[in-house]
Amino acid sequence: MLYREAGQFKTSFAEDMQIFPIRQDRIAIGLLLAFAFLGVPLFASEYWFSAILIPFLIFALAALGLNILTGYCGQLSLGTAAFMAVGAYAAYNFQLRVEGIPILVSFLLAGFTAAAVGVLFGLPSLRIKGFYLAVATLAAQFFIVWVLTKFPWLSNNSSSGVISAQKIQILGFSFDTPVSKYLLVLGIVVVMALAAKNLARSGTGRAWMAVRDMDVAAQVIGIPLMHTKLTAFAVSSFYCGVAGALYAFCYLGSVEPDGFNLDLSFRILFMVIIGGVGSVLGSFLGAAFILLLPIFLDSTLQPAAQAIGLPFSNATVSHIQFMVFGALIMFFLIVEPHGLTRLWQITKEKLRLWPFPH
Amino acid sequence: MQFFFEALIGGLLSGVMYSLVALGFVLIYKASGVFNFAQGAMVYFAALTVVGLMGHGMPLPVAIVLAFGAMVLLGLATERFVLRKLVGQPPISLFMATIGLAFFIEGLAPMLWGDAVRPIELGIQDEPIPWLLERFDIVVSRFDLVASGIAAVLVAVLAIFFQKTRIGRALRAVADDHQAALSIGIPLERIWAIVWAVAGFVALVAGLLWGSRNGVQFALTFTALKALPVLVLGGFDSVAGAIVGGLIIGASEKLAEIYLPPLMQAGFGGNFGGIEGWFPYVLALLFLLVRPEGLFGEKHIDRV
Amino acid sequence: MKRIALAVAAAATMALGSIGTAHAQAKEQFFPILSYRVGPYGANGQSLFGGMIDYLQYVNMKGGVNGVMMTWEECETEYNNAKGVECYERLKGKAGANSAPVFPLSTGISYALIDKSAADKIPLAMVGYGRTDAVDGSVFPFAFTMVGTYQMQATAIVKYLKDQNKGSLAGKKIAYMYHDSAYGKEPIVALEAEARVNKFELVQIPVAHPGNEQGAQWLKVRQERPDYVIFWGWGVMNQTALKAAQKVGFPREKMIGSWWAGSEEDTVPAGEAAKGYMSATWNVAGKDVPLVADIEKVVYGAGKGNLSDKSKLGSILYNRGVSYGILAVEAIRKAQDKYGKGKTMTGEQIAWALENLDLNDARLKALGATGLLPPIKTSCEDHEGSGKVKLQQWDGSKWVVKTDWIDGNRQLVHPLFKASAAQFAKDKGITPRDCKKAM
Repeated sequence: MLYREAGQFKTSFAEDMQIFPIRQDRIAIGLLLAFAFLGVPLFASEYWFSAILIPFLIFALAALGLNILTGYCGQLSLGTAAFMAVGAYAAYNFQLRVEGIPILVSFLLAGFTAAAVGVLFGLPSLRIKGFYLAVATLAAQFFIVWVLTKFPWLSNNSSSGVISAQKIQILGFSFDTPVSKYLLVLGIVVVMALAAKNLARSGTGRAWMAVRDMDVAAQVIGIPLMHTKLTAFAVSSFYCGVAGALYAFCYLGSVEPDGFNLDLSFRILFMVIIGGVGSVLGSFLGAAFILLLPIFLDSTLQPAAQAIGLPFSNATVSHIQFMVFGALIMFFLIVEPHGLTRLWQITKEKLRLWPFPH
Repeated sequence: MQFFFEALIGGLLSGVMYSLVALGFVLIYKASGVFNFAQGAMVYFAALTVVGLMGHGMPLPVAIVLAFGAMVLLGLATERFVLRKLVGQPPISLFMATIGLAFFIEGLAPMLWGDAVRPIELGIQDEPIPWLLERFDIVVSRFDLVASGIAAVLVAVLAIFFQKTRIGRALRAVADDHQAALSIGIPLERIWAIVWAVAGFVALVAGLLWGSRNGVQFALTFTALKALPVLVLGGFDSVAGAIVGGLIIGASEKLAEIYLPPLMQAGFGGNFGGIEGWFPYVLALLFLLVRPEGLFGEKHIDRV
Repeated sequence: MKRIALAVAAAATMALGSIGTAHAQAKEQFFPILSYRVGPYGANGQSLFGGMIDYLQYVNMKGGVNGVMMTWEECETEYNNAKGVECYERLKGKAGANSAPVFPLSTGISYALIDKSAADKIPLAMVGYGRTDAVDGSVFPFAFTMVGTYQMQATAIVKYLKDQNKGSLAGKKIAYMYHDSAYGKEPIVALEAEARVNKFELVQIPVAHPGNEQGAQWLKVRQERPDYVIFWGWGVMNQTALKAAQKVGFPREKMIGSWWAGSEEDTVPAGEAAKGYMSATWNVAGKDVPLVADIEKVVYGAGKGNLSDKSKLGSILYNRGVSYGILAVEAIRKAQDKYGKGKTMTGEQIAWALENLDLNDARLKALGATGLLPPIKTSCEDHEGSGKVKLQQWDGSKWVVKTDWIDGNRQLVHPLFKASAAQFAKDKGITPRDCKKAM
């Protein structure tokens, strides 16, 4: 009953086209944001901030970036971590080399740097498609990490190639506690997520989706393929770049090029697919799932095994964790190939009609 | 010049090792359009099963036969419990499912057989052939030669299997169009099960050879990374492509690692080695720009 | 089916809520153990963490440290930085203020924990790995790069080679083959400096991760024909290198690995190819160390051993794990001497003890660990405290120690740390402590 659109009349085109056309959605989003900004800092422990919430938001942002490329524009990429690395190293270098540059400007420039690199590696997408493109983006993955390892200038000549992120200060306030970092990340992620949602329903977004669904057809109706695909690469890499900068500055503190390896790229791809391809919400749900599931298994399997009295060694528990993780991914795909976001949509449909069956 | 040839031969021979892994990918892609991410994990599983069984006192040939049985079971189970339920889903879902499968196998294998790094002795020494060494001062490993011989036999058998047998023809029909194949009465499930079993066999061969070279351990799953550029270069659906692609990648990668870094060093200063990680991918990428469907891949025609 | 999925999700959320609550108790010292037992380095982790946990168990069975029992909880990191941080934060919540040192056993995770551990006042022990400039305690009060750094190790190997060549390496050619990551890159500066001083030619040969194919690198070795290869590998790279060296016919006796490339896990799978291979180490293998023999008797006798594969007992990595245990427990003992016997120590108190550790020959003998690890004496200026290695050789079935403790080139290496730490302090806006006042 609560979730019913009846009685909400749209009197103008603008109202029909707004981001959240249903009033309940607007209220829910508002409440959620209020809770995230005000409620969470009151309740969450340091563990939650440093180990779950901050990485969750950052991974969600990276997943969002990949989702723009893969979900909206249909170009599969396995080089996400490399674009994050570009962002992280760019932000570090801007902070290091430009005197007095505000940190947010550094993040922004890091995003643009990543976008530029993204466009460069997006060029082959004009000719290559599908899994061929995915493997081609692996070239970006390995090449970028190699470049970061090989040019000592990029890591300020540190003998190990590791960079240590500078302190974060905005208008004299320093963000050094987990809570303040969380709020900073949250602010950036919320703004960028809303921007993405907006972008997806703009002309650009529609062009992306047309290319995704059938690029030849899109071209026929006059969508410039090159421009569309490259903007998708640019925007996607921008998001990944900012996520990478946040990853270095707000999450790990010190990063090495090898940290941005293929595993990380895959993790982010899992998030997108599990969460829901072509959905902003899906990026968040997927990030939560991939991040929380191992922690959940880790903290339940061992006690469970002990409780039943099974003589499992730690290694065995870890192996079972791998298996359960893999099995759950397959299970979810079989149950719901369109990802968690589809589950959410089904729930929403049900809610709309509730308590009536149809 | 003699060193150049040595590098070239060494490269070609390691290329064959890449091809072996790539073959497994090709088989499954050809028959079901699935990019099987779990191929690397299957290589690991197969090799670990062999050493695990040998650890229980079985002789090598028996262990190999039993491991093949295990691979067939694995293939059947995958088809029955995963693929069959995902028929008609977009390729990316199937791809993701194989990633899940990879995790599952990576947990299952060491749980069954332990995860210590173990040697596997096939009885072929990885040593230079003395005759070539003395005569031409060229190092060619006996092991590598045997490996490429095995690969050649494998490819020949597969080619005959695909071209001449009933099942092979059915396989090709399935690869062209699932629905059409089903409608003319080709049993899709059985075909898939067979393909997964054959891919399991290829993984077993690759696992034995790689395992005897690097030790049987988790890192065998990384062999898949060496196979991907080979696939791209050769085309996902071509057995011949896997072999030729492997040879090209192997040779060019070795030559590049030896001759490019000194050039770059002269240009920029600093040390630029270790390009093997990305060079094959960039090469494959450049190649794709010229021929987007790979060397032997079927040309894809878009219909609106 | 969909309902099941939703139910699983709901259960997950509820279970997660319970993570991260403290359970510090009196008379216990909690060890957060960030272990890895699966993934590419899982086999190494089994022995390392097995050894460490067995030693803690052993200490408990002998009555603890003045009655204080060691407790621990493991968290699987899979050698992955993000998971390592999550594990650290989770176990930190359980340890509260009374945390024993953390041994992440991964350079990547160590780097990610440097800032966090300093903020939380939890000692971060990087024994034979990790951030090397943390040797300078004035900048890194809670990070301890103990026993040895890669730079000291590399210079010690050079010194050994020099001794082998009647005191001069002039005109020799030494190849440095390394894992192309922070781990492999750290020693380069030191080796370059050594090359200048000793007038040998240094050829650098990087190997891309993971290093399961080294044809090109060893062809390069064949082309350059170096007198020695100093080898900095990890994981699958080690077995592959030994096999590849055999393939090109490079004598294994002239190939000297780092201490992460010199364990049974590296040599056994390489079979015949490993025979004669040398490596540096800061702890010896074997069950003839009295302490290790006693652990087998006491801990495994009571069926409380951690290893599932008992044959690892006394292996290089197992004994290294035991050495980790010794360092941590000795620090706790030292802290109790100062701050109150039989009490649970705080992370800060243990950090003080790690900084003032004096594990001399007499103490090692009392522990039954003579020769297992070098004597260690740390201070605020020098968190390393030793920098000594032994050279060992694989005889086809076991590691045989070939030399006594060899010192690294401290005059050359330590100023590098000092400069690097100063740079770190500047970047991070840290004011270094005055080591003279820190007592």
